[in-house]
Amino acid sequence: MATTTLAATTTPTPRAPRPPRRLPSVKTAAIAGTAYVIGIIFLLPYLEMIITALRPQNELSDRDYFPHHLAFSNFINIWHTGLGTNLRISLEVAGGATALALLVAIPAAYYTARRRFTGRGAFLLLVLITQMFQPTSLIIGIYQEFTNTVPVNSTLALILVNAGFNLAFAVWILNAYFGAIPQELEEAALVDGCTRVGAMFRIIIPLASPGIVTALIFTFIAAWNEFIVALTLTNTDSSEPLTVKMNTYLGQYSIDWQHLFAGAVIATIPVIILFALIERKVVSGLTAGSVK
Amino acid sequence: MTHNTVAEDVGTAPPRPARPPRPTAHPARRVLRALAPLPWLAPAIILIAAVVLWPVWEMFTTSRQNINSDGFNLGSNGWANYTAVFHDPRLPAIMTRTAIWVIAIVALTVVISLLFAQLFNQKFPGRKVVRWALIAPWAASVMMTSIVFRWMLDPNNGVINVLLHQLGIVKAFNGPQASWLGNPTDAMCWMIGVAVFVSIPFTTYALLAGLATIPGEVYEAARVDGAGRFRTYFAITLPLLRPALTVAVLINLMNVFNSFPIIYTMTSGGPDYQTSTSTVYMYAIKGYNIGQSGALSVLNFGVVILIVLVFLRANKNSLKAAN
Repeated sequence: MATTTLAATTTPTPRAPRPPRRLPSVKTAAIAGTAYVIGIIFLLPYLEMIITALRPQNELSDRDYFPHHLAFSNFINIWHTGLGTNLRISLEVAGGATALALLVAIPAAYYTARRRFTGRGAFLLLVLITQMFQPTSLIIGIYQEFTNTVPVNSTLALILVNAGFNLAFAVWILNAYFGAIPQELEEAALVDGCTRVGAMFRIIIPLASPGIVTALIFTFIAAWNEFIVALTLTNTDSSEPLTVKMNTYLGQYSIDWQHLFAGAVIATIPVIILFALIERKVVSGLTAGSVK
Repeated sequence: MTHNTVAEDVGTAPPRPARPPRPTAHPARRVLRALAPLPWLAPAIILIAAVVLWPVWEMFTTSRQNINSDGFNLGSNGWANYTAVFHDPRLPAIMTRTAIWVIAIVALTVVISLLFAQLFNQKFPGRKVVRWALIAPWAASVMMTSIVFRWMLDPNNGVINVLLHQLGIVKAFNGPQASWLGNPTDAMCWMIGVAVFVSIPFTTYALLAGLATIPGEVYEAARVDGAGRFRTYFAITLPLLRPALTVAVLINLMNVFNSFPIIYTMTSGGPDYQTSTSTVYMYAIKGYNIGQSGALSVLNFGVVILIVLVFLRANKNSLKAAN
């Protein structure tokens, strides 16, 4: 039992003599070593997720770290349970919420970055306050609004709620990007006969595209991973996004872990693709909204 | 260029700060000028009003209604829902647990993230890759992470139990010791661990961004003055890191207080609500008494408002800069 220990990792590292000037100092090696260990620890749960997704049913109760056979069929099985529908709903909710949030945030962020007007401070304050609000604390109100007062299709309700709660971050970050674009560029366009709306589309939006991409991806991922509102507003298998669908597996008497995690891996793929696309912006974007 | 019609105001007029007041302007024109930002801002205001502010109103209304478990509204209930919340025998334990939950997670997250930020701020080969690994919990969603931890803590063959068994800490599988999530105290400790795990990425990155704003000359000066490493950290780094630290702490307070998926997926708040925080409990009683759940969520919302007020104070400068 449990014979596959971590023996492989204890093999001594080869210490080939190298030109001394290239040898990292002991301090750097210690720092790097600690950092690598931390990095690995943060990846381990997700590695376990993938390993379990590939475990055959008959090895699910084994106490070995790795399965002896890989069951790629888990992915096919989970797909045949109708996961495609849930994937489509997740895409509709995240895509719709992102489109709506940007459509609404871009003009507002542009106008507040460019013009001084009465009520500007009040608007920015409203944005800053809503940035701190989370759907969780208002879930009773959201439930009542969308089941009793304005009962709409749950996908539409999820699009609205996700767009609304992510709007503040989008406005805030775009406001910073728009404000950083020199006004002269725009004035030149206006002199050349461009309208203000035209200048926004031809000058500002292309120049602020890194900010727009950041806002887009953050909104998409937040909506993609959103759980409590979707849990509250959906009640049929065919209207649930992936997060809620994954959660229903936990309610079963005997949990189908390998299928659950196969689904989880599928659900994570779009996020990984998005992260790969914006590599550098994630780091600055993660903090841009909060730390200035 | 001074003959401003409203259309031009929206369309082509170049912005001029500190425009002198013009008492001759027609009142109707003044009204129209005041309305000029609306086409740009109205969609955002409407969306926030419909999705963020309206639920606040609905929540207050619900908290004063008598709604039975089938969802029928039996009319006004006055303040009875609030009285019921305050007389709930479970309330003291839940509030104490919520306080411990929030304080423990935020404190541990901040201390660990301060160390991590310091570490990841050093130059070493492969730094970029390691920084990327740290983002994993954020990308994979809190809910998926919680489910993985629940599986890793499985009493029969969860990998954590397998490892602890090999280390001789867990004596027997499927026993009470291996069923971490079945025992409220152990479950809370593990869930606090998961919450710290998912809070570290954001906090570390916020602090790394804060560290990046500290100019190198400051450290240079400290070294010239002969300050040791610890003295430099506590006398220079930490004070200069304060703005980033404040914002990170407040955002964490909000996230942790509102944290729902971890407890919901790992223990569902049980057994007998013994691992519920006030947010999870509020959601649990929603199932049979939505009015009382509304009253509890109004109380929770009070805590949220309190955190927002502190957040606004901390962000005063950033708001002023934007103005």
